[in-house]
Amino acid sequence: MSERSTEQIRELLDSLYRVDSGRILATLIRLLGDFDLAEEAMHEAFAAALSLWPRSGVPGNPRPWLISTARFKAIDTLRRRARFDASQDELVRYLEAQWNSAERSNEEDSLEDDRLRLIFTCCHPSQAPEAHVALTLREVCGLTTEEIAKAFLITPRTLAQRIVRAKAKIRETRIPYEVPTPQELPERLGAVLQVIYLVFNEGYSAAAGTEVTRAELTGEAIRLGRLLAELQPEPEVIGLLSLMLLHESRHTARTSPTGELILLENQDRSLWNREQMAEGVALLEKALKSRRFGSYTLQAAIAAVHAEAESVAMTDWRQIVALYNRLVRIQPSPVVRLNRAVAIAMRDGPEVGLTHIDAVLEHGELANYYLAHSARADMYRRLGRTAEARSSYEKALALTQQEPERQFLQERIRQLK
Amino acid sequence: MKYICLGYIEPGKFENMSESERNTVLDECFSYNDELRKNGHLVAEEPLQPANTAVTVYWKNGKVAVTDGPYAETKEQLGGIQVLEARDLNHAIQLISQHPGVKLKCGTIEIRPAADINEIMRKSERRRRKDTSR
Repeated sequence: MSERSTEQIRELLDSLYRVDSGRILATLIRLLGDFDLAEEAMHEAFAAALSLWPRSGVPGNPRPWLISTARFKAIDTLRRRARFDASQDELVRYLEAQWNSAERSNEEDSLEDDRLRLIFTCCHPSQAPEAHVALTLREVCGLTTEEIAKAFLITPRTLAQRIVRAKAKIRETRIPYEVPTPQELPERLGAVLQVIYLVFNEGYSAAAGTEVTRAELTGEAIRLGRLLAELQPEPEVIGLLSLMLLHESRHTARTSPTGELILLENQDRSLWNREQMAEGVALLEKALKSRRFGSYTLQAAIAAVHAEAESVAMTDWRQIVALYNRLVRIQPSPVVRLNRAVAIAMRDGPEVGLTHIDAVLEHGELANYYLAHSARADMYRRLGRTAEARSSYEKALALTQQEPERQFLQERIRQLK
Repeated sequence: MKYICLGYIEPGKFENMSESERNTVLDECFSYNDELRKNGHLVAEEPLQPANTAVTVYWKNGKVAVTDGPYAETKEQLGGIQVLEARDLNHAIQLISQHPGVKLKCGTIEIRPAADINEIMRKSERRRRKDTSR
């Protein structure tokens, strides 16, 4: 135990909160079986530390101290509630019995597993996908309701209601707090990976104005990816982490200082983050070696081909098209087909590309997808068919609200004249 | 973040309780408030006298007018205000949903995030400074 001033203790607790609150909360949720009770108890434990530690000294191992204090606080809370609500009595007895059981011993080891359990609980298939994202960001990443709402451009009260409903559902349907069995894992892992990728994409397709929050989202997604890769090193988990790192490595080169979007072909490749790129490529190789990889790994492989090229002209488009062909087989979505069409255009020229893009658009699902129209406009531009290019750019412009994208499209239209 | 909680209560609801019922509600509410205060969540609170004690001030025909009010016929009326310090909106909801006043169905509680008007105030200050320097 060491003596420190209240101010130093406050700083220490702030940093403990930043680094460890996610893990502490996850453990408390397991021990108490209730999200709200756990969160409340954790805050009480931090408050207790702030008032006690300046006098008593900082415990040698603050994390277990906070967990056990929070646990006592939760039992106190339940006892108080039991005065008015007899049904809480039983819960108090249960928690006390559990506290006295052998479980106390290996608390520290189970902390990381608790976070993994929490991710799977937040992404349980009985919840709507929007609830997965909201719960994961708030309960696992520790973002506030207001921060999440801002990043996803919805009102805090809409998001707050979503979280309240999702938590109620966890309570009412008794969603188990556990890592799925090996049989369930592939499907359940799919939902978790989807959430992480959604969070990443939301941060990556940065809209001006909310840039800071958006950068936090990509950071959180990568952090979750790392955690998952460490705890559950399945090929697709590693593939997703690789994909995110390879995209993120181009972050600085993607926008100009004034916030305009810079396309891959015009990016200053010296700004790419070599360290992230090397890590992404190393992870990719590991995922590919497993031979059990899927769509995230293939997307990472495509990103790696771009990363390794010195310029757009020097890019191995044949390989990119080949990778897209494989990707279309396991994930035949219109967006993947569109990307494949663009890669074909790079390999075989705009005329062939246009035929492929039109074939994708014919299916109708992408009729309101601005990137489909902007890709089409690009083909016309490269073919010198100005009038058709303008009309397609204008269509794309009408379909996007994101400011950097709008500026980019407007610039393209200006250049046509 | 600060959240302002407006507690609404049906007029007469409280008065129509038996004394022991009323005491239970009061004891529970006060004990929960103690808990909130102890944990640093309750920043300020102010109970209000019944709505029939209220007056409304407004501007009419070039002068100040004062009437009884507000509208005494509305079903629920503002009974008290609490200011909570919470991590985010969901934390505030969670704190309030444990409030015995809600659980015992005494009324409803509206939660409003405090507005940050620092920027507006700074701009206004600059305007006013300019006015006096002229």
